[in-house]
Amino acid sequence: MANFDKELDARGLNCPLPILRTKKALNDLTSGQTLRVVATDPGAIKDFQAFAKQTGNELVESGEANGEFTFVLRKKA
Amino acid sequence: MTTKKLAIIATKGTLDWGYPPFILASTAAALGYDVQIFFTFYGLQLLRKSLDHLKVTSLGNPGMPMPMPMPVLLQALPGMQSMMTAMMKQKMKSKGVASLEDLRNLCAEADVKMIGCQMTVDLFGFNPSDFISGIEMGGAATFFEFAGESDICLFM
Repeated sequence: MANFDKELDARGLNCPLPILRTKKALNDLTSGQTLRVVATDPGAIKDFQAFAKQTGNELVESGEANGEFTFVLRKKA
Repeated sequence: MTTKKLAIIATKGTLDWGYPPFILASTAAALGYDVQIFFTFYGLQLLRKSLDHLKVTSLGNPGMPMPMPMPVLLQALPGMQSMMTAMMKQKMKSKGVASLEDLRNLCAEADVKMIGCQMTVDLFGFNPSDFISGIEMGGAATFFEFAGESDICLFM
């Protein structure tokens, strides 16, 4: 598993909260730093891809295990 | 890259219909959009300081999933609307859906501009102190000033 600079627990939250919390958490990071997000909302898989594509923050990792979805985003330059 | 713009007209004042404008506005803001919501007619209820008065109703809404089949006339009995509202709030909480107040706060934090329809305020005799702070009042022309340059414009 990749290292990360900050972690966000978005488990139990439903749309659009995981994305909104992620956006907020990214604000606290500097360019190039990474954020790991754990979510349980099945809609998050597509939403995080869409969020990364539209905001320019790179989705470095995306995984699923035991009903939990994990994402690692790298804050854009 | 120029900033994309989203303009929304919110016209409904029920608990369920309060969600679409705030969900889309907050998400668009998180994606970097410049967002304005124009609240008109019943939509103005969404700008009241407290949103506790918002309700859901199954009347005239055959699409609402019911825990058990129920004749429409029974649904109209006194107390049913409050009961359904309480059940809906409970369900939303248990599923991790944000409260309307939370979403509205997130919109405000993300600089979503909220405009109340002055004509509706006059029509229903609302008091400016009924509403949250940080909003503006305006008319149709005010809305078009932003909507005319928007990339997406939604009526809800």
